[in-house]
Amino acid sequence: MLFKDIPIRQKLMRIILLISGIILFVISVVFFIYEFNAYRRNTAQKLSILGKVIATNSTAALAFDDKEAAYEILLALKAEPHIIAAALYDKHGNIFVVYPDSLAGEHFPAAPGNNVFHFEGGFLQGFQKVNEGGRHMGTLFLKSDLEGMYQRFSLFGITILSVIVISLLLVYILSNIFQKVISKPILTLSSIAKEISEKHDYSVRAVKSGNDELGSLTDSFNEMIDEIQKLQRELEQKVKDRTEKLETANKELEAFSYSVSHDLRAPLRAINGYSNMLWDRYQHVFDKEGIRLFNRIGENAKNMGMLIDDLLEFSRLGRKEICKAPADMTELAEISLQEINTSIKHNATIKIGQLHPANVDSIMMKQVLINLLSNAIKYSSKTEKPEIAVKSVISGNEIIYSISDNGVGFNTQYIDKLFGVFQRLHLQSEFEGTGVGLALVKRIINKHGGKVWATGELNKGATFSFSLHA
Amino acid sequence: MENLPVEILLIEDNIDDAELTIHALKKKNLGNNLIHLKDGEEALEFLYATGKYAGRNLNLQPRMILLDLKMPKLNGMEVLEKVKTEPSTKKIPVVILTSSREDPDLRRCYELGANSYIVKPVDFESFVNAVAELGLYWIILNQIPGQENRGK
Repeated sequence: MLFKDIPIRQKLMRIILLISGIILFVISVVFFIYEFNAYRRNTAQKLSILGKVIATNSTAALAFDDKEAAYEILLALKAEPHIIAAALYDKHGNIFVVYPDSLAGEHFPAAPGNNVFHFEGGFLQGFQKVNEGGRHMGTLFLKSDLEGMYQRFSLFGITILSVIVISLLLVYILSNIFQKVISKPILTLSSIAKEISEKHDYSVRAVKSGNDELGSLTDSFNEMIDEIQKLQRELEQKVKDRTEKLETANKELEAFSYSVSHDLRAPLRAINGYSNMLWDRYQHVFDKEGIRLFNRIGENAKNMGMLIDDLLEFSRLGRKEICKAPADMTELAEISLQEINTSIKHNATIKIGQLHPANVDSIMMKQVLINLLSNAIKYSSKTEKPEIAVKSVISGNEIIYSISDNGVGFNTQYIDKLFGVFQRLHLQSEFEGTGVGLALVKRIINKHGGKVWATGELNKGATFSFSLHA
Repeated sequence: MENLPVEILLIEDNIDDAELTIHALKKKNLGNNLIHLKDGEEALEFLYATGKYAGRNLNLQPRMILLDLKMPKLNGMEVLEKVKTEPSTKKIPVVILTSSREDPDLRRCYELGANSYIVKPVDFESFVNAVAELGLYWIILNQIPGQENRGK
């Protein structure tokens, strides 16, 4: 995981640990370098002092050429185990006596040099002149290993490392406690923001932890939520108001169309009734033209009755809730056809294919099928061999049902008018109808979330299709 | 007139509908002893012999009431409720006249005790038949207990 993606708590902890670690490391290194240099200088100084002491002690032995006494003096170096080699040269520069005596001559410089004590090849070594009252008596050579220094520094290193580890552990524990001062208000804010976005509960507020930047962030956050809550309330109220208005308007419109249809029936009933009474009582005085005119009145009254019935049906549909359930569309089409056959006489060959089942309101869907089938029958009735086919295909996530006929078709120029209320493409004298059937079909299919369309050509038949969710 | 036996009481505010109904009944020889009243208030005065019908013989109640729902003043439903709760009239069959079988008031009418209903069709012929069928059923075939002697 990238650093920017880890939780803020861990970020804080890691930053604190990293900074503490770096500081501890730098301090340790500086301290170590200082200590290293100081110790080296100190060790060289100590050896130099030892050299001076031994040089002073060995003047007599050199003066009297007493090798045994000189060796005894060098033997005192046993107390200092890090001295691994020592030698005395006489005033001519020849080796006088060596320590330890087991060491061969080649381990010592052939002639005394002038070098003071210095570090060379992992050893500390050097020469010390032996003088007596200004007279050069000889030279002392001392060689010390650095084991002592190494031991000291490894101990020092272990100590530093332990201090670093313990410090970091302490830093970890303390930062874990103190990072909460910063991270807790942030985490609280973040969890409240999450809660609000998940539950859409805008009544929640964050509690301020102090007057720092996080405190003012909390204030801003709360103000923002206030604003959102206000806006949301306003929006809800607006939606409620609009819905209420819309519902009222809708109800008024329905009541209007319902009562219009209702009240239109009363005078029509009277026209019909009185015509009948007129016929009953006075038919004997009508001549041929009188009878024709009388029949025209009767037919128009009948048409108006049909119009009102269809309009009533159309407005009733607007109020009706659809009630969807899985339905066998083939069976529905067959039932619809049977119903048509009982009321309309026709000689059309109707083929109902195997239709895909769909989730529909069966009563409404039957109305759709009856309307489309009776339309197909009506508009193909003047063809010599009327043929009608009902099919369905799956297209993507939709099922498309189609009803095709080989009837009079329609001029595609007027395709927009097909599904409008009271829109007709044929004369009443050619084909009877009110112009509500297809509008009803469209309304029902739209209620199911589908679409209706038609294709056709004048005198070559028409296909009416509608889609439903698969 | 008040003392003649009444076969049918027609309560209907629309004079056209009333005339057509009467014509339909007469066509089937059912409208001889018919009284037509134009609103609910008058109907109740008639049925309970109050107001201008005070003193009417209460033993001579109609054998059937044809009741329109939409009327000024007291509407059909209020008349129905009164008729079906009063012991003296609750046995009289009441047939509702309505413009549509979708009328939301129809269900309420049944709950109140309406015996049947007729949808006033635009087609006069079927109206005549519907009225005649119901008239025959309620007046001639359906004998109300305690009224066996009448109508013979």
